[in-house]
Amino acid sequence: MTATRPPDAFSKGKTPTFEQSAKASLSDSQLRRNLGKATKTIREKRAVAVGELPDWEELREAGRAIKERTLRHLGEYLAQLEESVTRAGGQVHWARDAEEANRIISGIAKGHGAREVVKVKSIATDETKLNEHLEDEGIAAFETDLAELIIQLAGETSSHILVPAIHKNRAEIRDLFLKELDVDDLSDDPKDLTEAARLYLRKKFLSAKVGISGANFAVAETGTVCVVESEGNGRMCTTLPPVLVTLMGIEKVIPVWRDFEVFMQLLPRSSTAERMNPYTSLWTGVSRDDGPQEFHLVLMDNGRTDVLADEIGRQTLNCIRCSACLNVCPVYERTGGHAYNSVYPGPIGAILTPQLVGIGKPGPDSLPYASSLCGACYQVCPVKINIPEVLVHLRGRVVRHKQDSGTLKARLDPENAAMQAMAKVFADRGRFEKAQKAARIGQWPFARDGNIRRLPGRLAGWTAVRDLKPVPEKTFRRWWRENRG
Amino acid sequence: MRVALFITCFNDTLFPETGVATVRLLERLGVEVDFPEEQTCCGQMHFNTGYQREAIPLVRRFVEIFGGYEAIVAPSGSCVGMVRELYAMAADLAGDPALKREVEALAPRVFELSEFLVNRLGVEDVGAYYPHRVTYHPTCHSLRMLKVGDAPLKLLRAVRGMDLVELPEAEQCCGFGGTFAIKNADTSAAMLSDKIRHVLSTESEVCCAGDNSCLLHIGGGLRRGRAGVETVHLAQILASTADGGNT
Repeated sequence: MTATRPPDAFSKGKTPTFEQSAKASLSDSQLRRNLGKATKTIREKRAVAVGELPDWEELREAGRAIKERTLRHLGEYLAQLEESVTRAGGQVHWARDAEEANRIISGIAKGHGAREVVKVKSIATDETKLNEHLEDEGIAAFETDLAELIIQLAGETSSHILVPAIHKNRAEIRDLFLKELDVDDLSDDPKDLTEAARLYLRKKFLSAKVGISGANFAVAETGTVCVVESEGNGRMCTTLPPVLVTLMGIEKVIPVWRDFEVFMQLLPRSSTAERMNPYTSLWTGVSRDDGPQEFHLVLMDNGRTDVLADEIGRQTLNCIRCSACLNVCPVYERTGGHAYNSVYPGPIGAILTPQLVGIGKPGPDSLPYASSLCGACYQVCPVKINIPEVLVHLRGRVVRHKQDSGTLKARLDPENAAMQAMAKVFADRGRFEKAQKAARIGQWPFARDGNIRRLPGRLAGWTAVRDLKPVPEKTFRRWWRENRG
Repeated sequence: MRVALFITCFNDTLFPETGVATVRLLERLGVEVDFPEEQTCCGQMHFNTGYQREAIPLVRRFVEIFGGYEAIVAPSGSCVGMVRELYAMAADLAGDPALKREVEALAPRVFELSEFLVNRLGVEDVGAYYPHRVTYHPTCHSLRMLKVGDAPLKLLRAVRGMDLVELPEAEQCCGFGGTFAIKNADTSAAMLSDKIRHVLSTESEVCCAGDNSCLLHIGGGLRRGRAGVETVHLAQILASTADGGNT
């Protein structure tokens, strides 16, 4: 079921650049329509939900401050979390990377003789490619979040953090269910679609021996793990199977219970535009005769400490995965999530992915450039991640990495050569004025009747759909000299 | 009051008429304008494309050239945004605390034209006359980086003879984004086509903005489609008077 998935930034092997992948998405009119409609609706709803709170800006600042403090003392809070979870009867495992996390989880499942596991909140496990790993180990993983189920059945990957199947409309989902689920007839009414999924999933919930979840938060003080969701499938996933395994990135820890006051206001309004989400599941270790009798918490690094080491980049770890930045992003709205070739799409993915997998890979290196730096993401981020600032910073790291690699390819790079030449021009007034003149003369092969309609090389991307105004006869500085100088 | 005009390399070379309009407008309002001729480029293109070490000498130049002025005004939200929001990052990258102090002292004195007029001079009616149907596109950097708010609209609402039409989805980026328009030309074009659709829906003769870079982009698309809609910088509208005032 998962074998057809294309490689992404967290897979081994080369992934395409954003620019290459965006080409396909941009020409898919159904996708453009689905995304445009969905993001516009949720954008407007979010604005209303946020507008209800007079202290929204203070809440954002509080959210940012808590996250920043937590990251500053991350080691201490994680040790405290381990102690609290252990005290409450849970077991804590530490995973340096994806492989280690997967081995720990499959080891637990195999230890209980599980052939099937049910899953919810699967972004972290998508990052580690857990489903593929389990399949190799002879264990079938069933996604239970409705949208995750849809894309699993379709053999696709998520294209949105909150609504992974945002790229599909209900007619497409109906066709998929008719093909993949054991149903004779089905309308495209969301109620009927949900009912079909419900009947399918109920059997899995009741038979699975192991449930696997992600986590929205884990409280260091109490050892409580929290999953926030809309459907109730997560509640079943975390309570029905006798064994529960939770995989979380180390940045998800929050210091104290009271911090929920801030995050439970920020998260639902930012992500689903709700005052409160329908299901918030909280559990602390194991409770006798109630829910799973064995609980494992896997704390995963997988590149996060590298992000932490970058003074500008580390704010990326503030992210609470609300996806508000995706819904307002003009680039995401048009290309969709798959163009990012990562489980983390959109503006947050454009800064998180290259930092997690490391600078120096063409696919992920292209992501910080997948933005016009319009700043809409920063404006809505509930934990005030200055995404444009991090994008610019990462572009700097990408270029410096290339330049410092000293390879022939880097030395011959035409963009680099052009930038070096222009830097020289701008560094000196005389050279700048000469260049202005040269531009005026140099454009003659392209300018016709006061217009430029075709340019060569990389610049052809501009003139494919836009004209270009030619350089005029007289610069401003010449006017100044003649009239005011 | 005396200000330094930071024309920006882009306007200097491609849109001299915007610079001329800015000078005439400021002088009409009693502001003495100086143009330090040593100025070239603020370094935004280099910095935002990732060539940040290359931008540092340009940051130093800017501080040297403009450091002595009480106020610096530019007809570009984007270039002002570079100075105000990113120069500190450049100074950090240079590992130069003295430069950091200098850019931090300079940044609050650098103004985008509309915020200078409304917030600093306290003027909304600049005495302009512009008998056309106009829609206004708030550029991303002036809106979200500099937070100029409705300063440009306050100025436009006071223009005589003008029919100001609201642009639907106005705050959506036009897709320019500097080298983004070249590196991700297809995505940029998709954003542009939506912006153009909204501009055309207003049935305006003129699309106005405070940044010629965005207008080069929007205007380039409009011209290619033979849309018959002009793009005109805010400064040029504000400089227009009933007597056609040329000084």
